[in-house]
Amino acid sequence: MADLRANFVGIKSPNPFWLASAPPTDKEYNVVRAFKAGWGGVVWKTLGEDPPVVNVSSRYGAMHLGPDRMVGFNNIELISDRPLEINLQEIKRVKRDWKDRAVIVSLMVPCEEQSWKNILKRVEETEADGIELNFGCPHGMSERGMGSAVGQVPEYVEMVARWCKQHSRMPVIVKLTPNVTDIRKPAQAAKKGGADAVSLINTINSICSLDLDLMAPTPTVDGKGTHGGYCGPAVKPIALNMVAEIARDPATHGLPISAIGGIGTWRDAAEFMAMSAGNVQVCTAAMHYGFRIVEEMASGLANWMDQKGYATLEDFRGKAVPNVTDWQYLNINFKTIAAIDQEKCIQCGLCHIACEDTSHQAIAAKRVPDGKGGSKRRYEVIEAECVGCNLCYHACPVPDVITMVPQQTGKPYLNWTQDPRNPHRRKAAE
Amino acid sequence: MREYTAPDIRAGRLTAAELAANFDDVKPPLDPKRALVESSRCFYCYDAPCIDACPTSIDIPSFIRSIATGDAIGAAETILEANIMGGMCARVCPVEILCEDACVRNHSEDKPVQIGALQRYATDALIAAGGQPFARAASSGKKVAVVGGGPAGLSAAHRLSRLGHEVTVFEAREKLGGLNEYGIAAYKTVHDFAQTEVAFILALGGITVRTGQALGRDITLEALRRDYDAVFLAMGLGGVNALGLEGENMAGVEDAVAYIARLRQAKDKASLQVGRKVVVIGGGNTAIDIAIQSKRLGAEDVTLVYRRGPENMSATHHEQEFAQVNGVRIKHWARPVKLHGHKGAVREIEFEYTQLDGQGRLTGTGETFGILCDTVFKAIGQKLNLALVKDPLNGKASEVLDMAGGKIAINEDFATSLKGIFAGGDCVASGTDLTVQSVADGRDAAMAIDAYLRGEG
Ligand SMILES: Cc1cc2nc3c(=O)[nH]c(=O)nc-3n(C[C@H](O)[C@H](O)[C@H](O)COP(=O)(O)OP(=O)(O)OC[C@H]3O[C@@H](n4cnc5c(N)ncnc54)[C@H](O)[C@@H]3O)c2cc1C
Ligand SMILES: Cc1cc2nc3c(=O)[nH]c(=O)nc-3n(C[C@H](O)[C@H](O)[C@H](O)COP(=O)(O)O)c2cc1C
Ligand code: SF4
Ligand code: SF4
Ligand code: SF4
Repeated sequence: MADLRANFVGIKSPNPFWLASAPPTDKEYNVVRAFKAGWGGVVWKTLGEDPPVVNVSSRYGAMHLGPDRMVGFNNIELISDRPLEINLQEIKRVKRDWKDRAVIVSLMVPCEEQSWKNILKRVEETEADGIELNFGCPHGMSERGMGSAVGQVPEYVEMVARWCKQHSRMPVIVKLTPNVTDIRKPAQAAKKGGADAVSLINTINSICSLDLDLMAPTPTVDGKGTHGGYCGPAVKPIALNMVAEIARDPATHGLPISAIGGIGTWRDAAEFMAMSAGNVQVCTAAMHYGFRIVEEMASGLANWMDQKGYATLEDFRGKAVPNVTDWQYLNINFKTIAAIDQEKCIQCGLCHIACEDTSHQAIAAKRVPDGKGGSKRRYEVIEAECVGCNLCYHACPVPDVITMVPQQTGKPYLNWTQDPRNPHRRKAAE
Repeated sequence: MREYTAPDIRAGRLTAAELAANFDDVKPPLDPKRALVESSRCFYCYDAPCIDACPTSIDIPSFIRSIATGDAIGAAETILEANIMGGMCARVCPVEILCEDACVRNHSEDKPVQIGALQRYATDALIAAGGQPFARAASSGKKVAVVGGGPAGLSAAHRLSRLGHEVTVFEAREKLGGLNEYGIAAYKTVHDFAQTEVAFILALGGITVRTGQALGRDITLEALRRDYDAVFLAMGLGGVNALGLEGENMAGVEDAVAYIARLRQAKDKASLQVGRKVVVIGGGNTAIDIAIQSKRLGAEDVTLVYRRGPENMSATHHEQEFAQVNGVRIKHWARPVKLHGHKGAVREIEFEYTQLDGQGRLTGTGETFGILCDTVFKAIGQKLNLALVKDPLNGKASEVLDMAGGKIAINEDFATSLKGIFAGGDCVASGTDLTVQSVADGRDAAMAIDAYLRGEG
């Protein structure tokens, strides 16, 4: 059986599944339930200075797709709305009772050294395993000069990270906001400031939907709404790309990453860890289904590792990073084309209409005798027209009916920088 | 000969509560949540096979996508554009041999999208919201007579009126709707839906209704031809086939269709007389429906006897199964040969086993068996009431309304052999005895009549 134990910047946990700083980690009651369910660690709901913030009523919005609920999720909540002292007492108790689990404390205080100094001292007394700096919250706190207002300015990120390293002996994780154009910049700044790791992503600026009767964004607070933070399955591709950017950047290569964003299954976790993450954090999936999902995540990851022969997390961590490259280095001579398994095809015609209307007119709609005196539909790939775009493969509602089949072209690797068709080609001789 | 006692036929075999449950909606409507889940199962196929399998060619992927995106009214408009009785069809279509049989989901998981249920969801929403989504075109100045106010007649009337013609519907009965009102099994169309739908169709305007007016009794075809620019015959099949047995007029030997009509019109189902032991003869919809409804009225034993095998029955496999679930015993390969009675009331029916001979013809084996019974229902098919059609034409012997197989012959434009007279629905040779086919006929005949009227100038 695969060993799921994780060691992230010296913080040990029985598995790589942590709960992200959010409502699931708001208080002792939730966190104890989470640990009982099997979570490896928690990042406590972000603490700030007293007096605590006040939340509004009606806080969450969501993207539903047909009957699928919460494909995306957004919130306009602020950081912890409970007194600091109560949170600290609870953290201390939980860590005392659950020594094998990771307990990280998320922090957000005004951008002044004294504020950070004060709170760090008090957090240290809880014997928590580390701190996470919340530079990500896109709403409510940024207007107060905290959260993403800090995270979007690399100089601030570096400065606050440095203060935290100076004034505490705890590992420092900097949580990054995705609401920037280049995620590598704040990651580089965190590293420069001496942070032990980065975690990402926090939530994305969003308006989930409008209430067309009220003519106002949802969630609607007394007739008005505001932008909130987007998360859940829909944000996973964005998070995965940002993790890849940091993993590939020579300036931050090797910087430990705690991955967050749309993670809900063992497969999501495996993907982020193959992209170099040392562990993963989960919020929306737990808010949707409860803490018990960690059971399927743990068994799924272990079974996959066993099948692949990976004994520990380190055996596959980062394995995909070398295979992420820039577009210009992709092999322009590679060719793949669609193949339809006529036995399994149910004749829905979606591959045809997608390709016909919006792609390369490479799937023919035919009628053939059905053997009962009538005719039946038959969809056939016109190989000469297929560019291997994968559209039909994705549109097909039945798994494994369409496969993309790599072709033997007999041509060598050639990338765009070398391609004679590229007007800006760098000539080998030059 | 054995000694028979008086038959046990009486009303009120079940309590009011039992009857209410037995005649409630057999397939309750989808609620919004279920409609969302079911509609999202549709792949929105391109060139969808389900459309081909619907006799009215409803754009099924389009209406289901409207439901999935929260536009049930738009869905209903799509349905009604193709099929003005989309509400009734959603309740009575044997979808297992029509649209749902063709759904591509059958190939991936043996469970089609519930097209009929979704169709009902949408049309119910539109009818509940009230109003009429269609408008009439500018008046053509033409008048069309429609004979028969069933699915074919009303579908034609609605389309003709939309196209700008003035329509008059002549209906022999007191109510419009045809077999929707007098024939369909009660639990398929509860809460007087047939009349709700009739009112919805008439709300378009331009349709004058003359009930209690039978062709051949109160009106003649000649008069209609004189007074109208075109005539559409949609009388359905009023007559019933006879068993051809001695004693067929004995008390207790009933015409299933007539009994169902009484059942459909009964204000209180407890008032209906039901036999304790019932035998049904036939293999179609009517046979299945009378068998199940007898059972649901409280008959103790109901046996349906059909002269061929299960695959030859015109009732679908699904309907046969439903009968069996309702406790109906189905016996195949036997035909009635003799009725036995007691003081003029039937008490036993004797059957002979049947088989196919070397040429594939049905023959008796000579071996017989008897079933004791209080009631025998004849459900061996309906036929055109020829007297109503032929007689009014006798005045002009030079012109003949051509027949084919006992029904009215038409060409591909629904035109009969008589100029200006069109026909469709069950009364024509191509009729399939499906509500949806009659609706399709009515719509397409209206288009043909429109072309005829405008072509004539
Ligand atoms: C018991 C039973 C159950 C059925 N169940 C189903 C089912 O579940 N699903 C399904 O798809 N189909 C079913 N059918 C078949 C379906 O009802 C018919 O195919 C359909 O109603 C035919 O429509 P129509 O308009 O041609 O005729 P009809 O519905 O028969 O309408 C004909 C109308 O013309 C009137 N009429 C007759 N003669 C004259 C005259 N001389 N002058 C004026 N008016 C006249 C009649 O009163 C009637 O209103 C069933 C049929 C029966 C008998
Ligand atoms: C209701 C809610 C409140 C959140 N509060 C915080 C917070 O206080 N501090 C923080 O760092 N992130 C907060 N987040 C962001 C999450 O920790 C996480 O980064 C984000 O939701 C992405 O992960 P997910 O897709 O698994 O939900 C919050 C998210 C939600 C949904
Ligand atoms: S999308 Fe898939 S199932 Fe549908 S016709 Fe194309 S290959 Fe067949
Ligand atoms: S009218 Fe009948 S056959 Fe046509 S789609 Fe509706 S339920 Fe199916
Ligand atoms: S065949 Fe089935 S899945 Fe395809 S459009 Fe029709 S109902 Fe939808």
